[in-house]
Amino acid sequence: MQKHLLGLEGVPREEIELILKTAFSFKEILSRPIPKVPTLRGKTIVNLFFEPSTRTRISFELAEKRLSADTVNFSASGSSVQKGETLRDTIRNIEAMKMDMVVIRHSAAGAPHFLTRCIDAAVINAGDGRHEHPTQALLDMMTLQERVGKLEGLKVAIVGDILHSRVARSNIYGLQTMGAEVAICGPKTLIPVEADQWGVEIFYNIDDAIRWADALNVLRIQLERQRTGLFPSLREYAAHFGVTRARLEAAQKDLIIMHPGPINRGIEIENDLADSEFSVILNQVTNGVAVRMAVLYLKSGVTETLE
Amino acid sequence: MNDPQIIAEVIDGRGLERTLARLAHEIIERNRGAENLVLIGLHTRGVPIAQRLADLIRQIEGMDVPTGVLDVTPYRDDVGRRHEVLKLKTTHLPFDIDGKVVVLVDDVLYTGRTARAALDALMDYGRPARIELAVIVDRGHRELPIKANYIGKVLPTSLGEEVAVRLKEIDGEDGVFLVTAKREG
Amino acid sequence: MQTIKYQKPERLLIKNANYLDPAEGGPRQVDVLIENGTIVRVEHAIDGVDGAETIDGTGKLLTPGWLDMHVHFREPGREDEETVKSGCAAATAGGFTGACPMPNTEPAADTRGIIEYMIAEAKGTPVDVYPIAAATKGRKGRELSEMADLIEGGAVAFSDDGVAIATAEMARRAMEYASMFDVPIIEHCEEPSMTEGGAMNESAVSTRLGLPGMPGVAEDIIVARDILLTEITGARLHIAHISTARSVELVRQAKQRGLPVTCEVTPHHFTLTDEAVASYDANLKMNPPLRTQNDVDAIIEGLADGTIDVIATDHAPHSPEEKDVEFQAAPFGIIGLETALGLIMTQLVEPGHLRLEEALHKITLAPRNILRLPHPKLAVGQVANLTLFDPKHEWTVEASRFYSKSRNTPFLGWTLRGRVHAVINKGFLWVSPDV
Repeated sequence: MQKHLLGLEGVPREEIELILKTAFSFKEILSRPIPKVPTLRGKTIVNLFFEPSTRTRISFELAEKRLSADTVNFSASGSSVQKGETLRDTIRNIEAMKMDMVVIRHSAAGAPHFLTRCIDAAVINAGDGRHEHPTQALLDMMTLQERVGKLEGLKVAIVGDILHSRVARSNIYGLQTMGAEVAICGPKTLIPVEADQWGVEIFYNIDDAIRWADALNVLRIQLERQRTGLFPSLREYAAHFGVTRARLEAAQKDLIIMHPGPINRGIEIENDLADSEFSVILNQVTNGVAVRMAVLYLKSGVTETLE
Repeated sequence: MNDPQIIAEVIDGRGLERTLARLAHEIIERNRGAENLVLIGLHTRGVPIAQRLADLIRQIEGMDVPTGVLDVTPYRDDVGRRHEVLKLKTTHLPFDIDGKVVVLVDDVLYTGRTARAALDALMDYGRPARIELAVIVDRGHRELPIKANYIGKVLPTSLGEEVAVRLKEIDGEDGVFLVTAKREG
Repeated sequence: MQTIKYQKPERLLIKNANYLDPAEGGPRQVDVLIENGTIVRVEHAIDGVDGAETIDGTGKLLTPGWLDMHVHFREPGREDEETVKSGCAAATAGGFTGACPMPNTEPAADTRGIIEYMIAEAKGTPVDVYPIAAATKGRKGRELSEMADLIEGGAVAFSDDGVAIATAEMARRAMEYASMFDVPIIEHCEEPSMTEGGAMNESAVSTRLGLPGMPGVAEDIIVARDILLTEITGARLHIAHISTARSVELVRQAKQRGLPVTCEVTPHHFTLTDEAVASYDANLKMNPPLRTQNDVDAIIEGLADGTIDVIATDHAPHSPEEKDVEFQAAPFGIIGLETALGLIMTQLVEPGHLRLEEALHKITLAPRNILRLPHPKLAVGQVANLTLFDPKHEWTVEASRFYSKSRNTPFLGWTLRGRVHAVINKGFLWVSPDV
């Protein structure tokens, strides 16, 4: 097992299986009258959030508290020029404070890798730029496994802004390792170059993706991409890539619908569909805490990179 | 890691059956029946032992005793002090333990640290009327002030030895053996 | 960082060296006697000279001094990263007796005073500094710099390096104006609207790593634009640090049409691909970015068939504070003077892509021809401008052995073959303590 969790690319199937299995054990603990265990008592975990993120930060914080770890939160989001400066200075502080684990969210791809070169603590990537968001993909996989029973052979289509999405990348790596088939779907301007080298299906038509898939992972579309000329308008996006009940009915399929949140209701996903029988969005939130407990637990005891 | 070598067979298959029957009787005797009783097996070998005790109690008293499974790993005191990560197992307690007499069941009582972890875990589940401990073997070397209520056999050992309780459900045979200690390489 | 020591021997005798001049071809074994920096005897065997400092050239190659036509010496502005003096020390250690600092200093080298200052600062070193001045004032692409005055001050070419000359119109005017003086425009080819925010080559690797990409076509567009402008202006165009297969092909076609277009490549662009970026080490961040294997193959082909005229290092020092950060926040560029020979030998000559004299041509004759600088000759009465090196000497790249003030290179720990033994120019002698 690797000391850090920087991404799911290259993480072997056994390790993902162990994380998911452990996460299901922790999910049981979360259902107890006192949903807290003393496992990481005395461990100090710092949550370094250089990018605003309420959901992921709260999920990690709750996971840490459920494991009885001491947590310190550091939130900063400076201008892009100051970012390098801030990260390095912050790292020096962490070193001095003898932290056991660092959870980092940063707008720069590779920032967690940089961190591992500077400190001894285990580093958990909570999202780095458009690179990876491994715990999100793990919770997505846990949710799918819970609903379907297995990931092997499952067809998952990721819909939306693949170019800027760390959720998409981590899901592609993780799902493929677990034997699932992955497709990506979105406007051509939001599909990264040479995406076919991932070995994924690529759809530019949402109905084709729906016909193909067993599950849809619908990504949030960000308005600022419109301003940089990557798509014409939210209206056009909603009309051509929005997931609607009518589209599901036309395909006559019981799909599982996931969304990493926060949802733009009525844009990437029809308003009532997010709360429908197709949706597992709230399960994703619950499973997020269990998966993060599993990752923190499994990485806590690793003092060396073990074979 | 060296495979442990058997030094001696301490209890044979028939002997283990007799031991379990005696323990079942003792539990019923001390609790004046099986009313209000629950059995909770500790992973790994405590689980089938608890099930067998429940079966024996049913034969004697004619009533079902709820049995559960407890994994104490998240409550251990050596997380992060070891070079490997301990795998979590499932906990399954499909009943309320408030006001119950809980009999924790394990194969060997040694340092007492597992029992301590189990006590903490149970407290997070509820508030039992009483918690008791049943083991097949007490091998001594306690590191905590913990004592079993029901003991199959007291077996003084050296630190170079270990006690291996083997069960049909897991190991394919019943018996208790004195073996050489595993040495971590 | 090492401190450099130059000697000024009155009489210097080089014994048993194999002299290889790419202008002559075929090595010949010579002894050379130099007095106060001037060659006084070139004979098969010179013996019985009293009081001469002697260098044994056995097993080594003696060549005309090398010229790196693309370096950044950071002075004025970032003297903490490099100065003209420390840059000249690094050039010396790398075997270069000439260097062309680019004008993206702070302030930009767009006035005669800065050009003259750079040249003057190199006085106490064996290195001739030939500055390249800004093509437009402040490298802003709005007004032409005072080219005539800058040439009188010593500038040998014009460039807005760091960026392309901002608009097609300004590039046309810069070329037209520079062509009056027969000096080349050196273009950093990058269409900025396509690379904004980019950190690495746009490819399958950037897709995988989630780093914002800089597409190769952003380079090709400016190469194509400027080749077309050459056609209408008649100006000489030199493409700096070419990095894509398509740009190499564009230059090849331009040459076939007889256009006065030349280009250079850096050692890192013929050595590394964008796969190396996977470590997120900021020492692999440069502009142009490391490209794909397909591009590297095209570059090697271009070097071999002569499409690529020059090897230049784009020596770009940066402080550890700037480089030791997350990849996206780091500035572009790596140092290159002291690893150039090792990479040329190990990556080009040993695998048989280039013969040694072809490689030497690209760091001696070719850049001097483009800049209309005289080629040093091994003849009596000439200034001794020579580089002596051991093409087989194996060494490991170590930060502590650099003469540059900076150490930002991805080649630390690499084992290379080929190391400079001595450099002679302007009456100075430098002998490497490491060989």
